[in-house]
Amino acid sequence: MKRVRFNRIAAIVLRHFYLIRGSFSRLFPLFAWVAVDMVLWGFITRYLNVVTSSGLNFVPIFLGAVLLWDFFTRVMHGVTTAFFEDVWARNFLNIFATPLSIGEYLSGLVLSSIATSLVGLIVMLVLATAVFGLSFAGYGIMLVPFLLVLFLFGIALGIFASAIVLRLGPASEWFIWPIPALVSPFAGVFYPISTLPLWMQYFSRLLPPSYVFEGMRTVISGAAVSGSNLFWGGCLAVLYILFACWCFTRVYRHAVRTGLIARYSAETVS
Amino acid sequence: MIGIVMLTKALSIKDLRKTYGALVAVDGISFDVGHNEIVGLLGPNGAGKTTAINMVLGVLEPDTGTILIEGTDIAKRRSWVIERTNFAAVYAPLPGNLTVYQNLRIFGLLYGVADLPGRIEAVLREFDLGKFRGVKCGVLSSGEQTRVGLAKALLNNPRLLLLDEPTASLDPATSRDIRTKIREFTAQGSGGVLWTSHNMYEVEEVCDRVLFLSRGRILLEGDPKTLPGEHGKESLEELFISVAREGLEAG
Repeated sequence: MKRVRFNRIAAIVLRHFYLIRGSFSRLFPLFAWVAVDMVLWGFITRYLNVVTSSGLNFVPIFLGAVLLWDFFTRVMHGVTTAFFEDVWARNFLNIFATPLSIGEYLSGLVLSSIATSLVGLIVMLVLATAVFGLSFAGYGIMLVPFLLVLFLFGIALGIFASAIVLRLGPASEWFIWPIPALVSPFAGVFYPISTLPLWMQYFSRLLPPSYVFEGMRTVISGAAVSGSNLFWGGCLAVLYILFACWCFTRVYRHAVRTGLIARYSAETVS
Repeated sequence: MIGIVMLTKALSIKDLRKTYGALVAVDGISFDVGHNEIVGLLGPNGAGKTTAINMVLGVLEPDTGTILIEGTDIAKRRSWVIERTNFAAVYAPLPGNLTVYQNLRIFGLLYGVADLPGRIEAVLREFDLGKFRGVKCGVLSSGEQTRVGLAKALLNNPRLLLLDEPTASLDPATSRDIRTKIREFTAQGSGGVLWTSHNMYEVEEVCDRVLFLSRGRILLEGDPKTLPGEHGKESLEELFISVAREGLEAG
């Protein structure tokens, strides 16, 4: 039985803290882009409330959806960015030649992501509520499982994306940044899943965020959210985390077997 | 307890082999590094020295063979073993976007160093890095970065220290200081050192024993001061050139 050493996990978190603290270009994106999203969608929803005669309040539907989606994106990017710091600094040989285990390394990335995504979440909450009047009273206690499922799926996708970059080399990071945009049409962030063609709906059912956004619209419409659906979304997210960790471990072992860790900048060892 | 530890070797390698496709990088080598011993691993470029070191560090998996550090198999208890090991290599500088102190603190935590603040101050003093503690490693000269790497390597008082061309980018005066420090490290503690270098003068001065590696095999082993004479050569450098050529021709 391997013993987890918290000092090693703390080292990964501390490294990320030092980097953010000393770099405006790392600190700024933590809150700037989500703030821009809040402002943009805040005005769009205000405009929609004025020009449509549907009687719908678009603020909780769209602005709330953007807030939740940006939170998910921040969590995923929080994990991948913490991982990319080792890619950018060509630090794999130093870091993986220490006693650090893969579990400890991934735990450090996840804790770094929690810290950075919380900054974004707080900024979004302040802007959405103070400037655009988004009220979370409408979501009630369901906001907690909504955020939890999105958080878990963000972690899963972040670890899986890191495994891809570890396997394919530094240039493959460009595959990673657009992943949330690729997922969003299937997740039904802005529209009910029933809007999608049937083949897309099958994919949606495999995505935990789709249960969150369906649930969010149900809550806003005043109906009761299906607890079992949301629970299934949470279970899927946990399954994906386990799968992502398995993938990362497999890729790491492949890198150790082939010598890629020691020659990572070469991208391949063949 | 100390007696039990001293019975084992700092490093014991047996039948270690690594291939990359058709290329045999390391071909069944076996050797030991004792406590308080500095062993030089010599050989031409591509001989397999760095491959061997990477396997000892656990970042490269051997095809076959065993690596025991302090008598414990790295394949079975990697974290425990690596906690007692450390390395410095000219091709693995510490992250340039962190300061000297930040790097030492992070790696001190990773290696589980006891009394970390005190230990950091000690290595900063030892390698004359005090004035650079708040400076980012990326703006240091290559020699200063090498000293930071060595400070990191000694942070956890390793039982096995792996040095891959540690003085390659240093001026002669600093190189001599580093050699003295590594000598002191083995004399004062009970750590063993595996040292690669292409500077035969340095090897002769610092190593207790040398291994000549060529095309993944150990061709010669012995005392660097007497080995050239035993093979009819005047100097270690002459012997190195001869062995490297013969190794290539044999290949």
